[in-house]
Amino acid sequence: MKKLINKADDVVREELQGIEAAHPDLVRVQYDPNVVIRADAPVQGKVGLISGGGSGHEPMHGGFVGMGMLDAACPGEVFTSPTPDQMHEATKAVNGGAGVVHIVKNYTGDVMNFDMAAELARSEGIEVESVLVDDDVAVQDSLYTAGRRGVGTTVLMEKIAGAAAEERRSLADVAAVARKVNEQGRSMGMALTSCIVPAAGKPTFELGDDEMEIGIGIHGEPGRERMKMKTVAEIVEMMATAVVDDLPYASGDKVLAFVNGMGGTPLIELYVVFNELNKFLKGRGVEISRNLIGNYITSLEMQGFSITLLKLDDDLTKLWDAPVNTAGMRWGV
Amino acid sequence: MSVSFEDAVHWVRSFADVIAENKEYLTQLDSAIGDADHGINMNRGMQAVLGKLDGAPNGDIGALMKAVGMTLVSTVGGAGGPLYGTLFLQFGVATAGKADLEPADWALALEKGVEGVQMRGKAEPGDKTMVDALIPARDAFRQAVDDGESFEDALRRSAAAAEEGMKATIPWVARKGRASYLGERSAGHQDPGATSSYLLLKAAADSWGGG
Repeated sequence: MKKLINKADDVVREELQGIEAAHPDLVRVQYDPNVVIRADAPVQGKVGLISGGGSGHEPMHGGFVGMGMLDAACPGEVFTSPTPDQMHEATKAVNGGAGVVHIVKNYTGDVMNFDMAAELARSEGIEVESVLVDDDVAVQDSLYTAGRRGVGTTVLMEKIAGAAAEERRSLADVAAVARKVNEQGRSMGMALTSCIVPAAGKPTFELGDDEMEIGIGIHGEPGRERMKMKTVAEIVEMMATAVVDDLPYASGDKVLAFVNGMGGTPLIELYVVFNELNKFLKGRGVEISRNLIGNYITSLEMQGFSITLLKLDDDLTKLWDAPVNTAGMRWGV
Repeated sequence: MSVSFEDAVHWVRSFADVIAENKEYLTQLDSAIGDADHGINMNRGMQAVLGKLDGAPNGDIGALMKAVGMTLVSTVGGAGGPLYGTLFLQFGVATAGKADLEPADWALALEKGVEGVQMRGKAEPGDKTMVDALIPARDAFRQAVDDGESFEDALRRSAAAAEEGMKATIPWVARKGRASYLGERSAGHQDPGATSSYLLLKAAADSWGGG
């Protein structure tokens, strides 16, 4: 394993120290428990927005803390949910008197830890609304699974709900807009190579030189199917079909199309993917009215990409276009 | 026999040792059907618990269990943190203020602990989780006590039932946690959470019952 890390045990702390050194205008970092907090938090009268999850998905979530997006992020160990005390610290630090929204990706550990944190916050009189993200169409949602995983839609939810909070919408309204994003967003990912968790030191899974994994999760969890490589057009068609068919994205719909790199895929390839996606959606009569292309919710050094479609309406479009000033996403400022 | 405060501390220490010894093994089980961090996370938590044990000897077993639970909740992360944290917090509720544990106290602790874990994780027997080791262990202990067996024998029966429950998870298809994403592919692998729960109860039998 070759990695630019000093010690596997220190990688999260040293990353946070780097973030703190790089972006003092945007965030402050608190250690033990680890929390990345918006520099001017708590913003009085504004709903606080926090999220968190395992590290290794950078820039999510710490890179999305700042004006117009998150008020705080709780980084766990690599691919391990953060703990309730981190989330509780974050909740207290961002509570400007209007309540706090927890954005929770649907993984067993994340859900339980955020549940405990919400119980703690409520016991101290802080109003908390938890919003779950479960947009990964690769996982069949049934009584017999933990349900769909939270993936690409998380990034879009953090941006859009962040803008709603910035407009001083109420706790219930910010939570409602976040839930709407989850209802109207769907994703699917694929991998060409595995990621390597620093503490494990070896690839999470093995793929042959001519193989790919369709439906991969952001922690290297297996997907729907392992198969031989195909052309980009065929891969995009397979994945976009699964996404489009899952929700009735109908002809005439406007969508935000998000092509996300898993960490090890160059932008040149992501644009090739976007080109194919654009052709595919045109064929279905779906208009891409907004797009996002780049590495936003990654899986360490994994090669691969995910596609997320979010069905837009006027309100969601306006909130997407609103100014944002974070390390990972910045416009309108 | 009854379990003294020192015995309880000894059990917590030996569980930490067993987790350290089995760190790779638990992580390997987890890499087959989960996300390859169970041993690493549990070890981080139990090492943190060891660091706090020296500071707080006070003779109250309930307070000890609660401290262990809080430390696990704040250091383990993942699903293991809330689940093992809740297990020990509930042990703490059941043994609050006690300087010694009689068999009935431990039976109650197991009942409360399992109840807490099920409430937190919403797992039912057969979902291929830690509950599949804990429930047989709880029931076997209660049965042994009702049968008039000694504390030591009841602990051994309880650990044996946990081991059986753990092994029973091998052919099952997971219905909770990350392993559930694998569907049929999760069959043929022993559940890591059931394995660490067996190790916890085996540590109790070894530590309190002389093995």
